[in-house]
Amino acid sequence: MDTAHADDVKKTVRTYIFVFVALMGLTVITVAISYLHLSVTAAVTVALIVATVKASLVAMYFMHLVSERKAIYWTLALTAFFFILLMFLPIFTDQNSTRLFH
Amino acid sequence: MNIPYTSTARPDTGLYNAKLGIWLFLASEVMLFGALFSTYILLRVNAVSWPHGYEILNVPLATLNTVVLISSSVTMVMAWASLMMKKFDKYKMYMGLTILLALVFLVVKYFEYSAKFEHHLYPSTNTFLAIYFTVTALHGLHIIGGVIVNAYLWGPGSKMWKTDPQRFTNRVEVAGLYWHFVDLVWIFLFPVLYLL
Repeated sequence: MDTAHADDVKKTVRTYIFVFVALMGLTVITVAISYLHLSVTAAVTVALIVATVKASLVAMYFMHLVSERKAIYWTLALTAFFFILLMFLPIFTDQNSTRLFH
Repeated sequence: MNIPYTSTARPDTGLYNAKLGIWLFLASEVMLFGALFSTYILLRVNAVSWPHGYEILNVPLATLNTVVLISSSVTMVMAWASLMMKKFDKYKMYMGLTILLALVFLVVKYFEYSAKFEHHLYPSTNTFLAIYFTVTALHGLHIIGGVIVNAYLWGPGSKMWKTDPQRFTNRVEVAGLYWHFVDLVWIFLFPVLYLL
């Protein structure tokens, strides 16, 4: 967005408002689903999918990742790799880590 | 001394330096919160029993805070967009709103914490509350940090708009990237702690 012009910004303002509405809608959905009291596995899956969609909207549009430079994409690719590794760390370190889902 | 590439892009990265800088910082933040999420998973899957967040925590208040924080992200991006359109007055309004919404978030959080303490629910009470207080307090500190930076950019820091508007716009964009990240963390914290 370094070279963005005022006209482009005017257009993106509409996008921001659309994203705002989408985020509010998804917040309502995620809260509503929690009242259904699904099984733990289903609830975790649905909640994380909704949260990931919301987070992607924020990252793509508010943080301008839809049009960024390569240096940032590479930084984030490396971060994503280590983040995923970090999330799997409990599984590597513990043999009984599936207890919750039994 | 002149700091290089504060307003124009560096030819090799295509970015002004502060932008690459904030993204590297955010990458480290991903690992910081990631470590805590990983800890949460390890503690939860190994627990014999784990309470549902909604049985202990206040979901309506947290939903309100989610709305407040998402709104503050929108006003933050609008503050930056206003500067891009050379509308300084609108910038002041949107940045002011962003700060106000952040303060609302903190006040709601204060009431949530007080209610827990009144019921003698402390970090030492159980593992769930330990991880709840650790993660939300760290997130709260990030909110306070954001408020300080945004208040500077709203107040004394905004003088730069007259001397170096491009550099000031970049500063607001960088502060915004941090602010959206704090919002993004909450988007995960809210369902994980309150709804599951």
